[in-house]
Amino acid sequence: MTANLLPPAAIFILGSILVPFLRGRGKSVYMLLLPAAAFGVLLMLPEGTFWTREFWGQTLVLGRVDKLSLVFGYIFTIMAFLGILFALQVDDDLQHVAGLVYAGSTLGVVFAGDFLSLYIFWEFMAVSSTFLILASRTRQAREAGLRYILVHLIGGLFLLAGIVLQVKSSGSLQFDYIGLDKAGSYFIFIGIALNAAAIPLHAWLPDAYPQGTPTSTVFLSAFTTKSAVYLMARTFPGAAPLIWIGAIMVFVPIFYAVLENDIRRVLAYSLLNQVGFMLCGIGIGTALALNGTVSHAFCHILYKALLFMAAGSVLQMTGKIKCTEIGGLYKTMPLTCLFCMVGAASISAFPLFSGFVSKSMVVSASAHEKMAVVWLILQFASAGVFHHAGIKVPFFTFFGHDSGIRTKEPPWNMLLAMGLAAFLCVFIGIYPDPLYRILPFPVDYVPYTGAHVVGQLQLLMFGALAFALLILSGYYPPEIRSLNLDVDWFYRKFGRGAYLVLDRGLNRINTICETTIRAFARGVARASRDAVAGLLLFVSVNFWIAAGYRGKRLDMKKSRLYHDVREGTLPIGFGAGVATLFIFLVYVLT
Amino acid sequence: MRTELSIFDKPRNVSRLLRGFYCALILLLLAELFIHKHHGFPWEEAFGFFAVYGFVSCVLLIFLAKILRRIVMRKEDYYDR
Repeated sequence: MTANLLPPAAIFILGSILVPFLRGRGKSVYMLLLPAAAFGVLLMLPEGTFWTREFWGQTLVLGRVDKLSLVFGYIFTIMAFLGILFALQVDDDLQHVAGLVYAGSTLGVVFAGDFLSLYIFWEFMAVSSTFLILASRTRQAREAGLRYILVHLIGGLFLLAGIVLQVKSSGSLQFDYIGLDKAGSYFIFIGIALNAAAIPLHAWLPDAYPQGTPTSTVFLSAFTTKSAVYLMARTFPGAAPLIWIGAIMVFVPIFYAVLENDIRRVLAYSLLNQVGFMLCGIGIGTALALNGTVSHAFCHILYKALLFMAAGSVLQMTGKIKCTEIGGLYKTMPLTCLFCMVGAASISAFPLFSGFVSKSMVVSASAHEKMAVVWLILQFASAGVFHHAGIKVPFFTFFGHDSGIRTKEPPWNMLLAMGLAAFLCVFIGIYPDPLYRILPFPVDYVPYTGAHVVGQLQLLMFGALAFALLILSGYYPPEIRSLNLDVDWFYRKFGRGAYLVLDRGLNRINTICETTIRAFARGVARASRDAVAGLLLFVSVNFWIAAGYRGKRLDMKKSRLYHDVREGTLPIGFGAGVATLFIFLVYVLT
Repeated sequence: MRTELSIFDKPRNVSRLLRGFYCALILLLLAELFIHKHHGFPWEEAFGFFAVYGFVSCVLLIFLAKILRRIVMRKEDYYDR
């Protein structure tokens, strides 16, 4: 049966070709049908290996279908549907096609069973997502997009180097669990970690994502980092460094999120914090932790997209997205405000919202393994998430000081996309069983216990109390139009210095080399030309003397021959003669 | 531009909201008396641990963020200069 089905990646990527040729309602319906068709294929797929091709004695697998890849396949297709629905009104085929190819190549990564197809889809993702950043067509977006693609190409090279080393040692393109042991595995690890925006390889994300269009950022927020989380969960579960990378990631970005002025940058930093929870879970590596990671990725994609949709709606309708410029929008965008608050409650892991049933699994897993410090950091971060994403984002956007902006709700399709995402967030929060059933390991976890609900509510509400008191007392850091340095400083500011050093240094070496080599080559050319002329003259002069030439006639013949050799106007016969003579001499002398 | 007064423009409503919020906090602390606790880390047994931890975390977060701001904050056009 599956032989008749197209791989989900192909549905998106091949399907995107037709998009520029369609118009109006037909185009909208067609674009929405693509993720629906892909979802249908996924529902029909049993577990197993499909779409295999022989290639140079190796087997390429486009359909490694198991519980882990299926759950990511589901959420990526759902996300693609929501993202397309949200962007329906956009009159820019570049964005639509790039978005579809991006979603398709992400599915390609998820279902790839061999390194070659993985790597190809991986690079497709990098390129197509770059177009989503460039789609803003501003100078900032162009520059950020350039930095984004450069960083990702370097990450891709790390992955490729790792793959080459790995395949060389194992002899097979197939991959599954890798584990940190050989040099090749470290290269692969770094390549994946870069796409997961693992600190310190994270700066591309808050640099580039906030430069996307109101709709393209929604796409961007979902695919790259979470496909890397998927790959990490498949290849490096239980890798100890991930626990601490994750712990640092949940911790450090929340400080930046508190300080940031641009709402989409706040959300970008909170994305890093959420991915930290997932990487930490992968590092812990128990069944509970991995279930937590996967379910958290599932929920996170929905509520993070919802928050970026709300921010995108505000940006689209008002043209502004900085805390200093917006505020009080609940009066004119009440539905967007409501959806944003659902997303905020979900990311904060309020009981009855999706984050509560997923994040707590990772936190519990750290408690089960008696990792006290990690547990304390995760709880600190949980309070911190509520602080910046749960309160700050809705408060400064929709409440706070009234900016005086009077706008209206975004178009119906944007509201519908947000409504669907909000519905899913609440549905999973209230009734997590369907999600728990599709997780990679059997779930023996009950989120709704008295102690858990009350403990989590206390953590959040007393965190909110701190926010309220700090705002009322005026101690809360004021909203300032500013820029906060991150590690991208090294390749942006320091990089410019490095460029100058390289320019002065390397170009100087270049010039010296060029002069030397040119002089050398010229010398060799002259020497060899004169050697031939000398040899010819030596032979010819003896011949001419024997033939009776003397005086002026001999001089004329000599100078003519010399010029003929120098200008290369010698009849071919002469050259051949000399060559023969040369071979004869060599023969005699040796 | 119309100067309509919405729900949170009236100080009375804001103080009502805050009063309800404080009541909810007290109820949450009271609720802890009636629940059965898991056997997790020893400090989870202490009364009001999560409340204190949540509050302290957020104050600490803001405190440290203000210090961080002094180190990393630059003008918006920093990279363009």
